[in-house]
Amino acid sequence: MSFFGLHYRLESKAIGLTLGIIVVASIGGLVEIAPLFTIHQTVEDAPDMRLYTPLELAGRNIYIREGCYACHSQMIRTLRDEVDRYGPYSLAVESKYDHPMLWGSKRTGPDLARVGEKYSDQWHVAHLNNPRDVVPVSVMPAYGWLLMTELRIDDLGLHLKAQRAVGVPYTEEMIANAALDAYAQSNPDSSLADGVTKRYGKATTMRAFDGRPSYLTEMDALVAYLQVLGRLTDAAHKSVAQAGAGQ
Amino acid sequence: MIAQLTLIERQYAIMISAAVAVCGALMILVGRDDAMGIHGALVFLAGILTIFRIGESYFAPAPSDERLAHYYDDPSKVAIVLAMIWAVVGLAVGDWVAWQLVEPDLTFGVAWSSFGRLRPVHTTSVIFGFGGNALIATSLYVLQRTSRARLPDQVSPWFVVYGYNLFCLLAVTGYMMGITQSKEYAEPEWYTDLWLVVVWVVYFLVYLRPLARRKEPHIYVSNWYYMAFILVVAILHIVNNLAVPVSLGHAKSYSAFSGVQDAMTQWWYGHNAVAFFLTAGFLGMMYYFLPMRAGRPIFSYRMSIISFWGITFFYMWAGSHHLHYTALPQWVQTLGMTFSLMLLIPSWASAGNVLLTLNGAWDKVRDDATLRFMMVAGVFYGLTTLEGSFMAIRSVNSLSHYTDWTIGHVHAGALGWVAMITFGSIYATVPWLWKREQMYSPKLVEAHFWLALAGTVIYVFAMWNSGIVQGLMWRTYNESGTLAFSFIDTLVAMHPYYIARAVGGLLFLIGGCVGAYNIWMTIKVPSAVTDLAADVPQPAVVGSGALRAAE
Repeated sequence: MSFFGLHYRLESKAIGLTLGIIVVASIGGLVEIAPLFTIHQTVEDAPDMRLYTPLELAGRNIYIREGCYACHSQMIRTLRDEVDRYGPYSLAVESKYDHPMLWGSKRTGPDLARVGEKYSDQWHVAHLNNPRDVVPVSVMPAYGWLLMTELRIDDLGLHLKAQRAVGVPYTEEMIANAALDAYAQSNPDSSLADGVTKRYGKATTMRAFDGRPSYLTEMDALVAYLQVLGRLTDAAHKSVAQAGAGQ
Repeated sequence: MIAQLTLIERQYAIMISAAVAVCGALMILVGRDDAMGIHGALVFLAGILTIFRIGESYFAPAPSDERLAHYYDDPSKVAIVLAMIWAVVGLAVGDWVAWQLVEPDLTFGVAWSSFGRLRPVHTTSVIFGFGGNALIATSLYVLQRTSRARLPDQVSPWFVVYGYNLFCLLAVTGYMMGITQSKEYAEPEWYTDLWLVVVWVVYFLVYLRPLARRKEPHIYVSNWYYMAFILVVAILHIVNNLAVPVSLGHAKSYSAFSGVQDAMTQWWYGHNAVAFFLTAGFLGMMYYFLPMRAGRPIFSYRMSIISFWGITFFYMWAGSHHLHYTALPQWVQTLGMTFSLMLLIPSWASAGNVLLTLNGAWDKVRDDATLRFMMVAGVFYGLTTLEGSFMAIRSVNSLSHYTDWTIGHVHAGALGWVAMITFGSIYATVPWLWKREQMYSPKLVEAHFWLALAGTVIYVFAMWNSGIVQGLMWRTYNESGTLAFSFIDTLVAMHPYYIARAVGGLLFLIGGCVGAYNIWMTIKVPSAVTDLAADVPQPAVVGSGALRAAE
């Protein structure tokens, strides 16, 4: 029977048409998505990969809440001008713990994948407070309320727990100390500060991000997050160095 | 409206509304420390107000069986009005954020009005609010006519219309409070997503039941597309929104996927939201309203079969072209590009089918702005799918990606194709639904057409220019081999185009307002009653066996 003849019969059966649509539409996704979870090379190995601290995670959630991803990408493509402008191209492993990823789709502002430690905390605070104070022609909105809004930390343990449920290896100890660790990271002189480096590694940035150690604001969290972007692992820099050595 | 419901249907409606109110109360209770509590209050109010609304007419006399001799169009009427409200809101917010990129201090220093929070309000209002309501309205209208069967009951379609709009309302109010998953076009959080699943399952059943009881031997092509829209959107929605909430009392959740797998899942969803929400459903609309309005049969039945299965199969592979040159494995990028190119065949088969159907009726296109809306929609559909396939080529994408070119492409499709076919279909349906001879003012339809076309063209040209200029500036090197322009140089170059874009958007918005006014006046001002004698379902036959024998 010809294709059109077959179709002539199919289109008189509601259930047949339903099943046909489901089967035909499922193939593409199955072929493209399922292997990404099983093929080992999809995500590179990076033994030095750190986890977001509770403060950085809280900052990431503010980044999501304010829709920063609508104008800033976090994905440097394998193109010469992007590498020259933003740094080594992004590797899959760098967003391994990003639930969800924030690769973005539009650069109304510049890429932020490697913005960590490129600018000082003071610059970030001034810029977020009113971008036009430091970049006169910027079109970014001002986020003045971040400095005045206290960060909610009492539920950070629950956040870490949910992250663990989706596959991020937070330990019981990290979950139990989440709120205190968030406080201590932006209060480096406090007695709790040692706990943060013990749990999250010596590379963790311990600073009063908004300049006021005793007062934990949403600005602290957001700046802590921005300063860790591109710095959870050195894998991207190493792969560039290896490529260079190979030549 | 309520008077049309039988007593038992009124009771069901009250029970469902009460269940919604209880859900709202629970959300208030568990989410009292979170923005979720506010959403609970909204859900609770929605349930309670519906109960009161039904209660008002609860003791009205039961409807006569005469109602069964007509199609059940009240839900479609309400959905059309809601679609126009969402259109005006969504277009206004869109133009507002366009002006924010011209003058960034238009946020007035309050959190809810900044670009990042309002942008999804715009996209959700126009795609899901305007587009979704128009799809529900027209799908129920077309389903009944092409199946010659009445909707099976009078509660479930209302549940779909009101439940869906509650979803939209929760979504946009959530963004303004900072509740978002950040996944583009899938921003609503977990409880709003779950609610949509419930509404969508009912929608599918509402759609399937008349099809199963239809009095026509074959399922008309519009219904294939509407079915593909309902089914595939369900698959996409469920998979992409898999997430673990922080707690039952938190609006915030964390996606089940991360990094590269999440990126692929998101753009598999995102691109097919374009395919099955913004294309399949609207093709269903076009395959019914365009031949009806033009008074000509569809040019080629076989072309419609090829384009239907081509679109259903090819589109699902194309999402990875959003991730060229990223950390996604290259074989997936290449597959995405290849299928995006092949997609041009079924896309142009559809666009060609539209234009060839009009061949022989060009005088009508000239005189009738409603039909012209549909014709221009077909042209933009053809142009946008060509541009889309072109932009999916890796080397082209290296220039266009991350720039306004993408925004221009999306709006060529959304304004030129989706909105135009919707306005055309609504202008055709409104007089049919409300039994009017014609729209309140055909001149205003004409004005709307030119405002919409001018707005779209200005918008798209502005974004082509800004996108290509910025993409080229980003990759320009000077003689010493370093980048010629800082990022901020390229941003300054965007300024005139951003003004032009906002002006184009404003024209389109004014057109939308003119349309909403015209539709409202058509509904409000009664004209000579014109009843289409043929516009009734086949008489009900007791027992399906008898029906089969009769056929």
